[in-house]
Amino acid sequence: MIGGLFIYNHKGEVLISRVYRDDIGRNAVDAFRVNVIHARQQVRSPVTNIARTSFFHVKRSNIWLAAVTKQNVNATMVFEFLYKMCDVMSAYFGKISEENVKNNFVLIYELLDEILDFGYPQNSETGALKTFITQQGIKSQHHTKEEQSQITSQVTGQIGWRREGIKYRRNELFLDVLESVNLLMSPQGQVLSAHVSGRVVMKSYLSGMPECKFGMNDKIVIDKQGKAGSSEDGGKRSEVTQDAHTHTPASPAGCAALSIAIDDCTFHQCVRLSKFDSERSISFIPPDGDYELMRYRTTKDIILPFRVIPLVREVGRTKLEVKVVIKSNFKSSLLAQKIEVRIPTPLNTSGVQLICMKGKAKYKASENAIVWKIKRMAGMKESQISAEIELLPTNDKKKWARPPISMNFEVPFAPSGLKVRYLKVFEPKLNYSDHDVIKWVRYIGRSGIYETRC
Amino acid sequence: MTDSKYFTTTKKGEIFELKAELNSDKKEKKKEAVKKVIASMTVGKDVSALFPDVVNCMQTDNLELKKLVYLYLMNYAKSQPDMAIMAVNTFVKDCEDPNPLIRALAVRTMGCIRVDKITEYLCEPLRKCLKDEDPYVRKTAAVCVAKLHDINAQLVEDQGFLDTLKDLISDSNPMVVANAVAALSEIAESHPNSNLLDLNPQTINKLLTALNECTEWGQIFILDCLANYTPRDDRESQSICERVTPRLSHANSAVVLSAVKVLMKFMEMLPKDLDYYGTLLKKLAPPLVTLLSAEPELQYVALRNINLIVQRRPEILKHEMKVFFVKYNDPIYVKLEKLDIMIRLASQANIAQVLAELKEYATEVDVDFVRKAVRAIGRCAIKVEQSAERCVSTLLDLIQTKVNYVVQEAIVVIKDIFRKYPNKYESVIATLCENLDSLDEPEARAAMIWIVGEYAERIDNADELLESFLEGFHDESTQVQLQLLTAIVKLFLKKPTETQELVQQVLSLATQDSDNPDLRDRGYIYWRLLSTDPVAAKEVVLAEKPLISEETDLIEPTLLEELICHIGTLASVYHKPPSAFVEGSRGVQHKRLPGSAGSGESVESPDTSSAAGLSEAPPAVIPSQGDLLGDLLNLDLTPPATTGPTPPPSSGMQLGAMDLLGGGLDSLLGGDLGGSPAMGAAFGAPPAVMPASFNAPVSGGLDDLFDLGGGVGMTMGAYSPPKTIWLPAMKAKGLEISGTFARRAGVIQMEMTLSNKAMSVMTDFAIQFNRNSFGLAPAGPLQVLTPLNPNQSIEVALPLSTVGPVMKMEPLSNLQVAVKNNIDVFYFSCQYPISMLFVEDGKMERQVFLATWKDIPNDNESQFQIKDCHLNSDAVSNKLQSSNVFTIAKRTVEGQDMLYQSMKLTNGIWVLAELRVQTGNPNYTVSLKCRAPEVSQCVFQSYEAILKN
Repeated sequence: MIGGLFIYNHKGEVLISRVYRDDIGRNAVDAFRVNVIHARQQVRSPVTNIARTSFFHVKRSNIWLAAVTKQNVNATMVFEFLYKMCDVMSAYFGKISEENVKNNFVLIYELLDEILDFGYPQNSETGALKTFITQQGIKSQHHTKEEQSQITSQVTGQIGWRREGIKYRRNELFLDVLESVNLLMSPQGQVLSAHVSGRVVMKSYLSGMPECKFGMNDKIVIDKQGKAGSSEDGGKRSEVTQDAHTHTPASPAGCAALSIAIDDCTFHQCVRLSKFDSERSISFIPPDGDYELMRYRTTKDIILPFRVIPLVREVGRTKLEVKVVIKSNFKSSLLAQKIEVRIPTPLNTSGVQLICMKGKAKYKASENAIVWKIKRMAGMKESQISAEIELLPTNDKKKWARPPISMNFEVPFAPSGLKVRYLKVFEPKLNYSDHDVIKWVRYIGRSGIYETRC
Repeated sequence: MTDSKYFTTTKKGEIFELKAELNSDKKEKKKEAVKKVIASMTVGKDVSALFPDVVNCMQTDNLELKKLVYLYLMNYAKSQPDMAIMAVNTFVKDCEDPNPLIRALAVRTMGCIRVDKITEYLCEPLRKCLKDEDPYVRKTAAVCVAKLHDINAQLVEDQGFLDTLKDLISDSNPMVVANAVAALSEIAESHPNSNLLDLNPQTINKLLTALNECTEWGQIFILDCLANYTPRDDRESQSICERVTPRLSHANSAVVLSAVKVLMKFMEMLPKDLDYYGTLLKKLAPPLVTLLSAEPELQYVALRNINLIVQRRPEILKHEMKVFFVKYNDPIYVKLEKLDIMIRLASQANIAQVLAELKEYATEVDVDFVRKAVRAIGRCAIKVEQSAERCVSTLLDLIQTKVNYVVQEAIVVIKDIFRKYPNKYESVIATLCENLDSLDEPEARAAMIWIVGEYAERIDNADELLESFLEGFHDESTQVQLQLLTAIVKLFLKKPTETQELVQQVLSLATQDSDNPDLRDRGYIYWRLLSTDPVAAKEVVLAEKPLISEETDLIEPTLLEELICHIGTLASVYHKPPSAFVEGSRGVQHKRLPGSAGSGESVESPDTSSAAGLSEAPPAVIPSQGDLLGDLLNLDLTPPATTGPTPPPSSGMQLGAMDLLGGGLDSLLGGDLGGSPAMGAAFGAPPAVMPASFNAPVSGGLDDLFDLGGGVGMTMGAYSPPKTIWLPAMKAKGLEISGTFARRAGVIQMEMTLSNKAMSVMTDFAIQFNRNSFGLAPAGPLQVLTPLNPNQSIEVALPLSTVGPVMKMEPLSNLQVAVKNNIDVFYFSCQYPISMLFVEDGKMERQVFLATWKDIPNDNESQFQIKDCHLNSDAVSNKLQSSNVFTIAKRTVEGQDMLYQSMKLTNGIWVLAELRVQTGNPNYTVSLKCRAPEVSQCVFQSYEAILKN
């Protein structure tokens, strides 16, 4: 198991050092600094073995977190723990920076004592932790006996992510479908790979211990229901969609399938996995506040919101002509925002002349790229930029690697075609029903790595 | 007010100030002071001098302060054991506190203080806490048992904590169960055979129930523990798999990978025709792909694991090639791993896409990545024949870029392509030669030299090219020197007239001016070969090379099996068994997949499995340096491996010739090479004629170099069964072979009578074995020097070695033999008594025997009855001793003689035996214990044979 955990600043000074196992000595702290933080070349692996001691590290801004061990630990678990550790710290004091770590070092030690015991990760849900690790310093008399046992049963219990006795005057649910669409396209416009990785993020303000059931246009479910002839969802769908606080998409490009094939999905630990496995239904008791309910991935029938058509021509050894056309490929009533096209330029670029039809374009020498920004663009439109790039003559034999043209954007629909069919809430003990809960649904599609080779 | 100021105090006299502050009456000031102490401790300053002052602050009802003091205690208690005692009272008191959080804190901290005196006091509170009413305290106490065990294992056993811990597996709270499982697994690791984690269907059921309810971390502990269980049968295996598969949808990647580990392992037990088996395979792909959208560090771990999974079960991800395409912004470690997997998944169906990608990558910036991409193109050519031509032309394009490292890398892979497709792409040699001067890396130089030597007859100026390398011979790396030596000898054998001077020059450089033993030895061997028998030399050096096969750097199967059992862990990241990087007793156990059919499992005990694995490597290795024999033949692999599972029934000549040479050289190398190169005398006149036929055993010329021990004293000793007919004359065109095996003076011999029952003379005998369980192989050629006339018989004794390739046979002692003569090749199989493999130093020390007997799990014990034997125990003991079964101790209990015996097999497996002899009862009982229980049956048969003979 994890033998020790260290946090360093960018200079390699140690800010936090907590050793859990006898086989990890103080010299481990220095070994990591010398061999990894101060290493000359770029880090070649997130796992480093120095003198039979293994170091796992992640970086957050310029802070290094390193877990150390001498055993054959579960490496995946160690990294998951390090990320979790970052989440917990951010939940307590915001950004992970040197200043914040130093300011909260007592708290961090307290957290480390709680969430890692002898190197074994323990309950690390911030919801639960915040009930008893506070910076006020709990004194035993502040809690009644019931409160104490409530804390411990929450920390160790089956529903570690939610406490009892939550009350809201207004029961509300916010559901965001956030998707990032990834694309790698060849210069000829052939899709080399495309996938959507999506997340369903919720904010729930519900009283008591509500039982929730979430449904979407999952192909497997729809097909099954189609066969069974059930029409359970009819009424509920409109209810969810009618009050979306941004655009509620009808099929955006007019080609979205009624149901979508989900390649794979993973769920927050509140979701009953065995139930999903057997019935493919998503049921859970939600944590309070913000959380990510599920992640999913789709690869079929993806709506690619933009198409990039590059044209690069080398005119002699000192000049390049680049023309890039972008086409928006969705319903014309919808608006895409924050569009940015990044066209890489060679290292020996000396000057760039730009003409664009829409938005603003600039050559950024420090980034070796032309950045073209468009604030808004409706569907089924087209825009174009042309650039003349002047090059300094060089002796470098190596050809310019021509990095791909990348794109950023945000669209108000889910490129995977995913739709929320219902989200039902049952709270048997309190007297509010599914109809009393106010629900909000929103779809946002963003670019992930959206690249076209040129 | 912020806490960061505590990090900034650096003035002198600080300790004194802190001391004063710690003893201050004001609570706030005290707390401030302790914080400063902790900050100093963090940055590595020694604040141990403040020990008594800090411990004095422990008695407080301020929990924050208390925790800080505890932190200090954990760090310094070991250096101040006497003072640490001062803290005991507070701990004991806190363990009784009404607040469960405080009780848990006390027991948690106490376990971290590694001072003997404190641990004594820990026992009572711990016992209470293990049975505490609050689950939070119980789950903390469970981990504390593991802590205590790390400090004092004996104490934990004596106090009965292990039993209490086992009881916690049935606890009502899932987190308590998870922590108990984690603690037990850790303790069990340091007692490999304790059977501590007594996993049976009931406990498994409890674990599976807890799995659905506990935290993500708890699920990982439980899954990792489940992976150590071996289900009784395929039904149980399936039912566990069914209950584990839902975990594949968990958001935590570690839960997913641990579930994959369990499934990969248990799948081995499912029959392949089962519907469920196919379903399971399909379910595994999506979660593995999803792992690639995690953070880069996790992607890296996932990719290293996928690399293993693809090798074990390529079918899982065969349609997912695209997800492994490299993204421009991937960190370099992710890129390199993806590339590896792309090659593994490359097939005829997707090769066009893969090649297009690889070509793209070869223009990237990162040197390592580009090199790997170029190498990958070569590997594609070798793997997918249809793509070879396109790969070669892509490589040529890349050579034209003249980017130095790209060119070198390309030449290295082109060499391999030549090996795979001889006489197909040699037209590119001219292009390669143009780049000769730019090569500065040893591997590329060696590859180029190999190409020049190998195709010397097609390169007009081969001698000039090689001579140019020779100028700086002593500055070259060993790899290049060896290759150059071989290449020049090849050149000489191909163009003897023009290159005599060159070859003499290189031989003298290698033998006289070099202090590298490998180079010298190889030089001498060539020299002697050339001087003794140029025909043989040609046969050896220019031997036809076996084709290299597709997969290059596959992980050796036994290691792969072990690594599959370690999916998700560091071992799977390093691709090394835990014993390679973990110190001490932990992780020394080798894990294996459960009874997998047809996976080439060997009979070795777990301890020797990795060594045996080496010889089991598939015949698929591209350059492996340092294999002297292989290099000599200019093959990159040991000759016996070239024959594959069954001797090729094709031209018997190749069969005999090459492997005989292999065997012969083996002995040659084993023999004394101390002589001076005086034999070079005969060498000087280049061979005028190259006799076309070399059917006569090549050993003729080499004979004097090794003594084939035909005349070893036939001392009566080890049991040898009577000869039986192995090959009836009917089946072998008149050749009858009967034979037996014997162990004489430590040498295993195959003693045969060859009888010619045909009408014509038989000559040119040669023999060869298929791979077998113990690596038996002829130690020399079959010595039938005179032709065998009709109706004549001849007795031959063939000494055997046990260093041949290993493959588990059924039955274990089965040996498949091919014998060749001038008429044909004949195959037969026979069985050898395992007693022949008992070595002379098989006597175990008594203590060791006792320890080993205990150490081997009872499951490995088997009992047999020997009936109708009328010997007393001493006679039995003597008789067995002559066959290297050693009696270590004898005990007489109630008229029964118990003989404790040990024997060791040639591959290092120990077999321990307990033989019960009762006077007057002709039936003996023998109990055998061995780490490789498969051998027991054979050993028993030998016992019976020896005793009844």
